[in-house]
Amino acid sequence: METKAWEGFVPGAWQQSVNVRDFIQKNYTPYEGNGDFLAPATEDTKKLWEIVCDLSKKEREAGGVLKADTSIVSTLTSHKAGYLDKSLEKIVGLQTDEPFKRSLQPFGGIKMAEQALGMYGYEIDPEVKFIFTHYRKTHNQGVYDAYTPEMRAARKAHILTGLPDTYGRGRIVGDYRRVALYGIDFLIAEKEQDKKKKVGVMKPELVRDREELTDQINALKALKEMALSYGIDISRPAENAREAVQFLYFGYLGAVKDQNGAAMSIGRTSTFLDIYIERDLKAGTITESEAQELIDQYVMKLRIVKFMRIKEYNELFSGDPTWVTESVGGMGEDGRPLVTKNSFRILHTLDNLGPAPEPNLTILWSEQLPEAFKRFCADLSIRTSAIQYESDDLMRPLMGDDYCIACCVSCMRVGKDMQFFGARANLAKCLLYAINGGKDELLKDKNGKPMQVSPVMEGITSDVLDFDEVMEKYDKMMDWLADLYVNVLNLIHYMHDKYSYEALEMALHDTEVRRFFATGIAGLSCAVDSLSAIKYAKVTAIRDEDGLVVDYKTEGDFPKYGNNDDRVDELAVNLVNSFMEKVRSHYTYRDSVPTTSILTITSNVVYGKKTGNTPDGRRAGEPLAPGANPMHGRDTHGALASLESVAKLPYLNARDGISNTFSITPVSLGSDKESANRNLTRMLDGYMKNGGHHLNVNVFNREMLLDAQKHPELYPQLTIRVSGYAVNFIKLTKEQQDDVISRTIHEHL
Amino acid sequence: MKGNIHSTESFGTVDGPSIRFVVFTMGCPLRCRYCHNPDTWKGEGMQIEAKALMEEILKYRSYIQGVTVSGGEPLLQPKFCEELFTLCKQNGLDTALDTSGYPFDGTDKFDALIDLTDYFLLDIKHIDEEKCRSITGKGAKNTLAFAKYLSDKGKTIWIRHVLFSGTDNDEDLKRTRAFIDTLKTVEKVQVLPYHTLGKSKYEKLGIPYPLTEEPPSKERIAHAKEILGAN
Repeated sequence: METKAWEGFVPGAWQQSVNVRDFIQKNYTPYEGNGDFLAPATEDTKKLWEIVCDLSKKEREAGGVLKADTSIVSTLTSHKAGYLDKSLEKIVGLQTDEPFKRSLQPFGGIKMAEQALGMYGYEIDPEVKFIFTHYRKTHNQGVYDAYTPEMRAARKAHILTGLPDTYGRGRIVGDYRRVALYGIDFLIAEKEQDKKKKVGVMKPELVRDREELTDQINALKALKEMALSYGIDISRPAENAREAVQFLYFGYLGAVKDQNGAAMSIGRTSTFLDIYIERDLKAGTITESEAQELIDQYVMKLRIVKFMRIKEYNELFSGDPTWVTESVGGMGEDGRPLVTKNSFRILHTLDNLGPAPEPNLTILWSEQLPEAFKRFCADLSIRTSAIQYESDDLMRPLMGDDYCIACCVSCMRVGKDMQFFGARANLAKCLLYAINGGKDELLKDKNGKPMQVSPVMEGITSDVLDFDEVMEKYDKMMDWLADLYVNVLNLIHYMHDKYSYEALEMALHDTEVRRFFATGIAGLSCAVDSLSAIKYAKVTAIRDEDGLVVDYKTEGDFPKYGNNDDRVDELAVNLVNSFMEKVRSHYTYRDSVPTTSILTITSNVVYGKKTGNTPDGRRAGEPLAPGANPMHGRDTHGALASLESVAKLPYLNARDGISNTFSITPVSLGSDKESANRNLTRMLDGYMKNGGHHLNVNVFNREMLLDAQKHPELYPQLTIRVSGYAVNFIKLTKEQQDDVISRTIHEHL
Repeated sequence: MKGNIHSTESFGTVDGPSIRFVVFTMGCPLRCRYCHNPDTWKGEGMQIEAKALMEEILKYRSYIQGVTVSGGEPLLQPKFCEELFTLCKQNGLDTALDTSGYPFDGTDKFDALIDLTDYFLLDIKHIDEEKCRSITGKGAKNTLAFAKYLSDKGKTIWIRHVLFSGTDNDEDLKRTRAFIDTLKTVEKVQVLPYHTLGKSKYEKLGIPYPLTEEPPSKERIAHAKEILGAN
């Protein structure tokens, strides 16, 4: 294809067929300098941000939702164009026809859509409800039609929890850059070609492929129409920086109109966009201030993505997260850093617009990154607590240099991998099941007796728990759990593909994609400390009148995970290895590659509520630790010891990510700004060199959080990192705030 | 040989340059009224061989630039410090000693240790002999002599000065500055504002907390820094 849009770019294979990586590698300009070139927000940007802040305030005052659609079902073309203030916006496009108006997205589940509206005082249009109950089945209905009683019981008991069976699975990241680089017509032509090849015996797989490709092509056509409603033609490639940002954003906007997915990440866009900005800067058609304005306004749009969700969902995930994760930095396979001036610009939005949880800015960290960039990131972390870090040195060898992070910690090659998100299995609760032979420690059946969730298995009958016996039974219980868990996910994702297929996002993938089957673990540190207590201290079971073990008497001390003590850290490593091995041994839907994550989002609080007393001394209902973190307050040997324990977990057996949230007081990082910055940089280098995968960095004092809890109005933009993403502190429930406050904040005198 | 150790901190960021492994020794001849580590004054801590401690330190090799021995008073255990610092040098780690200099008696008995130490974090409690005695129970003479000794030997010194009402006096601060200016090897001057975070330790130890005053204000800290030429 020859086009004016590509003038000045180094030609290559990217011109013949979709190959964004090739385009980036041939055309980007690495930047090793510092942030001195950056421009402040323009007046227009400031005015727009004021509008957003004002709407945010009104939304909070209205109880969390400002406006909601009750009758228009969201599709790519369901709404006419919407604006914050058309005269000020360089980048346009809203999910509905008005800012902060939430759309109605019933394909995941009509009941959920109805409930969500109801909780905020809205009533769903009866006709829409009728259509989606009588004529058009939803994902949620499909899943429940097929669930077995055992699956329902495991779900009810929360040993499997957070399953995407009532909501959109998300975590699929379209390669939105393709919209800018190629324009829609080129992309449609490629998909048409692919479809032509899909002929032969019409087995279900082939039929599905043909149907999905048709859906993809239709979605691309609809995206074109959506853009046209804003007066913008995206059938052709973007011709300048403003168009590139706009077209890319339209691709993403289409995805969030189409899907209310749990995590709707944006990918790895800043260095791609830098190529367009550089071209315009060189041609003198744009200034640095205008370049920053484009990025500020792009980020502003990403910050106001909103979904209509039930209150429990927000309770589970804290605040109102959308996980618009943008991956920044990393190294190229040829040794050049993928850091560009635009990597700085997108991070600079934290200054120009103030801190915010979205987009979820994720630094792909490598020891080889330019020092000035490292320092720039560390400085922002210290000032805003809004950035997370993931080890590029760990992921790049497996994923190449054009992957991105979906949600919190899951890496996928952009446009080449997708994943079936699988929430998590509660391994702490599983241990209690092993002890009680599969009877739930909290739930009763209809006869008032402890509910049998797993098939009847022999529990522990002795009073003092014997480590080897517990391990043997735990292993068997995990066999059952892994088997059931994988099967539940097989079912869920079959239904999601069938009733809520992500046509647009998949249209922005290669037709032949690799699929990951992303399981997850919750309660790791609680399970591990419990095992350690059984092994190194004396744990006596306390039974109720039904013979159910409901509590434990633990005598003597035992090593705790989070102190760089191999005796217990090894238990954690073995547990992860063993669980992954079990997951791997099962059939997975669509030949997907099984992985697991150690990530709880913030649902560690809710999972803890559903988990009884544990042998480590944790009381029933108390939170589990988030992700791979040690239990709160038990990592007593300093910050590095805590990091080292987590760094030991085997990434190759937890490829979907190992989340670690780290909080430290400002003075503990160093006595002055310069040394604090250097020390944080060095700490990140050390952690990742030793095998650490992910680190959320929070720099704050407990006193500040307590004050923010008391006077939320003074902290409208206080952002803190939780498990793999950031949240607006004042939007958390009281319980979640307390949990964050009670976490280990590393400090020393 | 074995050291008498109170505790260790793997992520030391305020006791010397960069990230450091900090070893807090047990035992101190001073009784500073503002001390935030009264639990290191006396008694039996962990008895650890320098070699074993080094093994622990090396777990953090990827993070740290060096090792700081603090206290308590590390100069009460010079042989242990020598052995630990020799191991540090063998492993490419730099060394810092956080001391009041009080045990210095003008002899060459610390020379071996001094040779092995890259940074001296020298605490000048008070420039005035009598005032120093009222704050710490001992005079200032040894500290000042040690500072001069180190300066003459060309050893890098970071001067530290804890600021509280007993020391927060322009006249005294100026005298301190004049003394610092006579030293040739001072790389850094740090003003450490007195804080009350050690209070709970006193309660645990059953020692009455000696101070009732508030920590110094930001303005006072900035003022003191200016006089002392803190950087």
